[in-house]
Amino acid sequence: MRRALAAALAAAVLAATAPGAVPAAIADSAPASAPASNVAPLDVAEVAPGVFVHEAPFALIAPANRGDIANLGFIVGDDAVAVIDTGGSVATGAALLAAVRAHTDKPVRYVVNTHVHPDHLAGNAAFAGEGAKIVGHHKLARALAARAPFYREQADRQLAPADAAQSDFLAPDIAVEGTMRLELGGRELLLEAHPTAHTDADLSVLDTATGTWFLGDLLFAGHLPSLDGSLTGWLAEMDRLAERPVARVVPGHGPRAMAWPDALVPQRRYLARIAADVRALIAEGRSISAAAESAGLSERDAWALFDEFNPHNATAAFQELEWE
Amino acid sequence: MTATGRHLSSAALALALVAGGLGTILFLTPASAQEAVQPAAQEPAEATWEAIRFDVVGDTAIGTGEGIVAIEAPYRAHDAAIVPIDVTAHLPEGRTVKRMTLVIDENPAPVAATFTFGEPQADMAVSTRVRINSYSWVRAIVEADDGSLYMSKRYVKASGGCSAPALKDADAALAQLGKMKVRFPEGADKAAATSTPITVPSASTTADAGGAKRLKAQIMIRHPNYSGLQMNQLTQLYIPAHFVNDIEISQGGRMLLKMEGGISLSEDPTIAFDFVSNGSPVLDVKAIDTDGKIFSGAFPVDTGRS
Ligand SMILES: [Zn+2]
Repeated sequence: MRRALAAALAAAVLAATAPGAVPAAIADSAPASAPASNVAPLDVAEVAPGVFVHEAPFALIAPANRGDIANLGFIVGDDAVAVIDTGGSVATGAALLAAVRAHTDKPVRYVVNTHVHPDHLAGNAAFAGEGAKIVGHHKLARALAARAPFYREQADRQLAPADAAQSDFLAPDIAVEGTMRLELGGRELLLEAHPTAHTDADLSVLDTATGTWFLGDLLFAGHLPSLDGSLTGWLAEMDRLAERPVARVVPGHGPRAMAWPDALVPQRRYLARIAADVRALIAEGRSISAAAESAGLSERDAWALFDEFNPHNATAAFQELEWE
Repeated sequence: MTATGRHLSSAALALALVAGGLGTILFLTPASAQEAVQPAAQEPAEATWEAIRFDVVGDTAIGTGEGIVAIEAPYRAHDAAIVPIDVTAHLPEGRTVKRMTLVIDENPAPVAATFTFGEPQADMAVSTRVRINSYSWVRAIVEADDGSLYMSKRYVKASGGCSAPALKDADAALAQLGKMKVRFPEGADKAAATSTPITVPSASTTADAGGAKRLKAQIMIRHPNYSGLQMNQLTQLYIPAHFVNDIEISQGGRMLLKMEGGISLSEDPTIAFDFVSNGSPVLDVKAIDTDGKIFSGAFPVDTGRS
């Protein structure tokens, strides 16, 4: 009952905020004859032919931003479209779908989730009507099973009631173990399931046609990285990632497209600093609270949202590294 | 003290099993985001404590812990599922510490753990990490050998710690379940002295009256320590409470410390404590979880530098 009412409210809010049915088209790409939609499309830019990215602001999920805090994208093939991450609410997912429809009327065949965090996949449900298959790391389903109830409670705190009520964390239909190729018609995506790094279910997406690599939260730029997997795993995985010759990368949080491997430098420096500081504190017999207060502080001026994430990172790092 | 440790832990467990749908918030959500919704700073109410006090200590009078018991915890938790708590005590002349009970008023199972000391000692230092479900008083109640109680408390702003998902790396965690480690952090005394302004004298001294060496040991056990409040979305059922509810540490056959309860201890539970070495070169650790699984290990005592 409460849910139905909230959904109705959400529809009303969406209708009220939509600036008419005219999508904001990018100059050289004609709007397709999209199905009637009164959702304002997300702002996207074409970073390579057929590869579109929405660059999100650095922020925490809040009612006003509707969970639009993570970079999202879509890739258009001859036959179909693949969406990469869907945003922190169904409303943001719907706005991403509107952006897709502003550029093409080809069907969305796949929704790829780069990992389990709500700011990247809470918008999945917006694509349910497209018949898209949700694709994720083979450990994503388990991670979601363990976390979704908690994320749902969290949404109640972070989003407006109408947006929170829509929260529905859909599990993947297709599980990627190792690598997998997705065909979009004359265009192939290479998906890779990574060992535990940012989380234990990180998945990257390479558009082989343009060499554009969506790294999800394996890469943060400008926005402080958040650690929810394994610090040593992430440091090791970065060494492997850095060797890959690609034309550009798309971070989960940061500029819409960046040069590789230069884009990795600050994140590597920060995570190495945290590891070194925490190891030193452990060797000195200092406590986990001391780590939360002092590890990584030399990096403070280099990042957005440092105070919001650093103590949490230091705590997680301490819990991991004290077992070494 | 009318309530025994055993009584406490079963009551605590019952409370936890009854509780459902609790917990809110925050994973990867910084505490600062909640700041705005907080009422103006004033001493938070103690209605919950008044309601649970009898279950915890019966009608025994509780003396002030001022100058006797010190409890340290972050006022605002960085991670509600891993809140560090440090308790130290120095009892009045002639009394020794028998037991210390850690209570988190607002947790579904308020009694987090009870620590019982095997050797008579006037000083006590115990550190652990706990899950805290909502803004709460955290109290340390020390029971002396004559039955008198001393209590100190701290207010901690944390939310969602009990329902926060465990296992950052689920496969690694399961593969290592039950693995133990014991550390003898060398500079711990110095660290405690600099990071927490404890007014209680003593626990940081390195030699007892008799000149015996005072050591600090940290016991670590790999275990998800499920609180019973984490839910599995696929089954829509709460993951059953499954935690280490009994840890006994002894040196040369003499019990040093016993932890009972443990429902609110964090994933990979850890206990650091001070003890006066009896000279035996081995610490034996035996732990039992709520499934009856037994974990044990023997660790060489490292007396540290000098
Ligand atoms: Zn993430």
